[in-house]
Amino acid sequence: MQTWSLVSLCVLIGLVVRWGVSLNSYSGAGKTPMFGDYEAQRHWQEVTYNLPVQEWYFNTTKNDLNYWGLDYPPLTAYHSLICAFVAKTINPEWVDLHESRGYESPAHKLFMRATVLVADLLIYIPAVVLYCLYLTEGSSKKKVSTLLCFLLYPGLILVDYGHFQYNGVSLGFALWGVLALGLGWDALGSVAFCLALNYKQMELYHALPFFCYLLGKSVKLGLMGRGLFLLVRIALTVLVTFALCWLPFLSDPGQAMQVVRRIFPVARGLFEDKVANTWCSLNVLMKIRSILSSDSQMYLSFACTLLAVLPSCIRLLTKPTFWQFKLALANSSLAFFLFSYQVHEKSILLAALPACLLLNDLPLMAIWFLHASTFSMLPLFLKDGLLVPFVVTSLGFLYFSIYLLSALERCSEEELRLGAYHKLLFCLPKLDLAWIVKWKFYVSVSVMAGLSIAAVALAPPPHLPDLFPVLVSIASFSHFLGTFIYFNIVQFSEPPSRKSQKKNN
Amino acid sequence: MAAADSSWFPALSLGVSLFKCLFISAYHSTDFEVHRNWLAITHSLPLDRWYHENSSEWTLDYPPLFAWFELALSQGARLLHPPMLLLSNLNYSSPEAVLYQRLTVICTDLLFLYAARECCRCVQEQKGSRDVLNRPSFVLAVLLLWNFGLLIVDHIHFQYNGFLFGVLLLSVAKHMQSLHLQGALLFAVLLNLKHIFLYVAPAYGVYLLRSYCFTQDNSDGSVRWRSFSFLRLAALGGIVLSVCFLSFGPFILMGQLPQVLSRLFPFKRGLCHAYWAPNVWALYNGLDKTLTLLGVPPPVTLLCTVLSILPALVSLWRRPRSAQSFLRCLLLCSLGSFLFGWHVHEKAVLLAILPLSLLAVQNREDAGIFLLLSTTGHYSLFPLLFTCAELPIKVLLMLMFTLYAFSALRHLHRGPLLRPLETLYLVGLLLLSLCCDVLFPLSPWGARLPFLPLLATSLYCSLGIIYCFLRLYCSMLGGAERPKQP
Repeated sequence: MQTWSLVSLCVLIGLVVRWGVSLNSYSGAGKTPMFGDYEAQRHWQEVTYNLPVQEWYFNTTKNDLNYWGLDYPPLTAYHSLICAFVAKTINPEWVDLHESRGYESPAHKLFMRATVLVADLLIYIPAVVLYCLYLTEGSSKKKVSTLLCFLLYPGLILVDYGHFQYNGVSLGFALWGVLALGLGWDALGSVAFCLALNYKQMELYHALPFFCYLLGKSVKLGLMGRGLFLLVRIALTVLVTFALCWLPFLSDPGQAMQVVRRIFPVARGLFEDKVANTWCSLNVLMKIRSILSSDSQMYLSFACTLLAVLPSCIRLLTKPTFWQFKLALANSSLAFFLFSYQVHEKSILLAALPACLLLNDLPLMAIWFLHASTFSMLPLFLKDGLLVPFVVTSLGFLYFSIYLLSALERCSEEELRLGAYHKLLFCLPKLDLAWIVKWKFYVSVSVMAGLSIAAVALAPPPHLPDLFPVLVSIASFSHFLGTFIYFNIVQFSEPPSRKSQKKNN
Repeated sequence: MAAADSSWFPALSLGVSLFKCLFISAYHSTDFEVHRNWLAITHSLPLDRWYHENSSEWTLDYPPLFAWFELALSQGARLLHPPMLLLSNLNYSSPEAVLYQRLTVICTDLLFLYAARECCRCVQEQKGSRDVLNRPSFVLAVLLLWNFGLLIVDHIHFQYNGFLFGVLLLSVAKHMQSLHLQGALLFAVLLNLKHIFLYVAPAYGVYLLRSYCFTQDNSDGSVRWRSFSFLRLAALGGIVLSVCFLSFGPFILMGQLPQVLSRLFPFKRGLCHAYWAPNVWALYNGLDKTLTLLGVPPPVTLLCTVLSILPALVSLWRRPRSAQSFLRCLLLCSLGSFLFGWHVHEKAVLLAILPLSLLAVQNREDAGIFLLLSTTGHYSLFPLLFTCAELPIKVLLMLMFTLYAFSALRHLHRGPLLRPLETLYLVGLLLLSLCCDVLFPLSPWGARLPFLPLLATSLYCSLGIIYCFLRLYCSMLGGAERPKQP
C-alpha cells in the first residue's frame, strides 16, 4: 500500500482515539466552587473577550485573579480570545462576564473538545507527520509504524482530551522547532520555539538544548564569519518574535512585569501535591519543606537542576549534531522535571516529547519511559474519572509500540547502547546486560500494572490516605531517574557505526 | 514490521477490541434499553412469562435461543450489578450497566474474530513471499474486523450483530471447507438466534440439497439424480429439527407457539422502517409522494422477494457444486430480501456487505461491486448516529474504512476497480452528504422540511444498491465458474 494512504490511516486512527477519549469526563466536572482546568480555560475565554488587554493579568473588580487568573504567557491569552470569538457566535452565554462561571453543558463540552482537536490538527499532528516522514531513518513501513506509535502516546491524549489542556499547541510548536532545526532551517526553528515558549513558560525546560545547539553550530561555522552571521540572525528573529507576541504589553513596563510575575510565581513552595520528582520522593524520608527555609529550597533546587543539566548541554555545545540535540532535549527536560521548583505531574509531557523523537532509535527505552510517564499521572486520571480511557490507551500503546517497532527483538547490547555501562560497572563480573534490561522491563511493567490495579481496587489504610499516589510517584520517580541516567550515558557514548545501523534497518 | 507470519491477526484483533472500548461512553440508542429489558425478563421471570411480558414497550421479539443467550449474560450481571436486572428499572443506564453491556458486546465479538480467522484461512494466497499488508487474507481480516457498519451499529448504537454475523461467517467458512454438517448446524443455531437470517435460508436449502444430498455430479456439471443419499438428508433434517426443538421445544410443550410466532413476525408495522432503508419500497414511497400509487400489502413484498431470488436459486441448482456459487447465491438472497422485504431495517445491508468481503479479496469484479456497495450501504447507516458528539467519530471511521478498502483492494488487484459511471455515483454520494449534513441544515428550508435529507439519502442510496444487485446477478448468471487463482 502506498505510504500516503498508510499515513492518512494512522492520522485518522489517532484522531478517532483522541475523540473517543474526549467523550469522557474532564477535570473538575461538576465540582463546585472551583471546578478544574476545563473551567480555567473557559474562564480565560471569558476574561480575554470581555476585558481590554491591559486588564488581563491584573487583579481588578472585574478580574479576580484568585479564580483561575491567567498564568500563562500572552499566546495562550490570544488563543483563548480566538476561541471566545467562536464561542460568542455559537452561544453568548458561554463567555458572559461573571455569569458564565461554572457553566457546564453537553454543547459547551463539545465546543471545548472541538477547540482542542482543531488546535491539534493545525499544529501538533502535521509536525508529527513531517517529523516521522523526513527525520526518521528506515523503510517507509518503519516510518509509518513510528508515526502511529507517536500519535498514540497516551499521556498527551489523556491530558489534552481527558483532563483538558492545550499541551498539543506548545509541544506542537516545539516540535516544529525541532523539525526546522533538523532540516537546517535555524531561523524558522527559533521562531517556532519562541512561539512555544510564549504559549507555555514550561517550554523553558527545552530552552537550554535549543540554545546550546544553535550556539554550538554557530561556533562550528566559525565565530568570525558565517557563525556570527547565523548567531545574529537567530538573535534578531528571537527578539522580533518576542516583541510581536508581547506587543500589547510593551507600552508600559509595569504591564510586562506583571505578566512575568504571573507566569513565574516564586511565592509557592518546592512542590505541590504528589509529583514523581526528587523533592517529593525525598520528602517521604525527611520533610524537606519544613527543614529548609523557602529561600534555601529555591537555591538548592536551582543548584541541583543546573548540575543535572550542565553535562548534557556542554556535550551538545561541543558536538552540535541532531542526534545529540534530541538526547539533550530529553536530558534537559528530565533534569528540570526531577530537580526543579514547583513541578507539576503534567510537566512530564515535556520529557515525553523528546522520548517520542527517540522511538525509532531506542525503541525499548523510549517505550518504557513513555509508559512510565503515563502511569505517573494515574492519580490525576483517577480523580478525573478517566480510568477506562487510561487502561485502553496504555494497553494499546504498550502492545502496538512493542509489536510494530519490534522493541523486544531489537534488544542487543549494541542496539541499546549499553557498551558504556560495561565500562562503568567494570568491578562487577561480565553480565548479559541486554537480558537484564529485558527482564527489568517485564518486572517494571508488572509492578506498574499491579500498582494500577491496587490503586483502583483497594482502599488505602485510614492512617495513610495518600498511600497509592505516593507509591505511584515513587515508582515513577525511580523510572525517571534511571531513564535520565541512561540517556546521559548514551549521549556521552559514541554513536554506533554506520554498518551496524544499516543492518538494523 | 514484525517478521512473525501469523502474529498480525492477534494484533489486528486486539487493536480493534481496544478501539471498541473507546466508545463505551458514546451515545447508545434505545436498543440498549431493549437488551437490558431482555436481561431483566429472562432473569426475573419464569419461562412461561417470557413471551407474554409486556410491561415495557420493548417486548422479546427474537427466537428463544437468543433469550437463552440473554439469560446467560444476566448471570454475569447478577454478580456485577444486580439493579440492572429489575424489570421495573425502565431506561436504567448507570455507568456500571453501560460498562457491563458494552463489554458483553465486545466479548461476544470474540466469536466474530474466530469466524473471521476461519474465513481468512479459506482465502487462497498468491504464491511467493509477499509483504503482509498485501496478502488477501490480511485485507479480508481488516475488512471484516474493522468493518465500519459493525463498529457503528454494535459498539455505538448497540446491538449484538458481531456475534450473530460470526456464526454466519463461521457457517460459510465450514461450507467452504466442505464440512457441510457443521455448517448446517451453525446455520440452524443462527436461525434460532435471530430469524432475520431466514432471508438467506433458501440459499442454504438449495445448496445443501444440491451439493450435499446429491453426492455426485454428471460430467457436464448437472446433478446426478441417482446419487441422492437419504442418509445425508436425514442427517441434515435431524440436525435442523433438533436445534429447533431445543430452542422452541419448551414453548411448544407449553402451547405458546402462536404467541411466540406473533412476537417474532409482527406484520402490523409499516412497509418501511422509520429511517427508510434504501430499498425498492423507498423508491416506491418516494414516487408515491408525487403520484398516488397503491398501497403495498405484505404478501406482495413476499412475492417480489421470492421472484427476485428465484433465478439465483435456479442458477445455483444447475451449476456444478462449489462454495463460491453458494456464497454468491447467499449474497443475492440477502440483497434481494433487503430490496423487496417488508419493514426492512437499513442495518440489514450488513448481511450483504460482510459476505461480499470474502469475494472482494479474490476477484477483481467483485472488488469493484464491494467498493460501491460498502460505501453506499455504510453511508446509509449515518442517520443511526444523529448526535453531534458522535459526528466526528462516524465521519472519521467512514473515511478510515473507505480509504483502506479503496487503497488495499486497488493494490491487491493491481489497478482501478470502478467504472467511470460508478466513480461519478460515489462522487455524487459525497456531494449529497455535504448538502444534507452541512448545507441543508443551515439553509432556510432546513427547519421546514427536516425529512428531506433522509428522503434524498435513502433514494440516492437505493439506486446504488439496486445497481449492485443487478451487477451481482449478471456475474452469477452470466459467468461460468471462475478459474481458481494460481
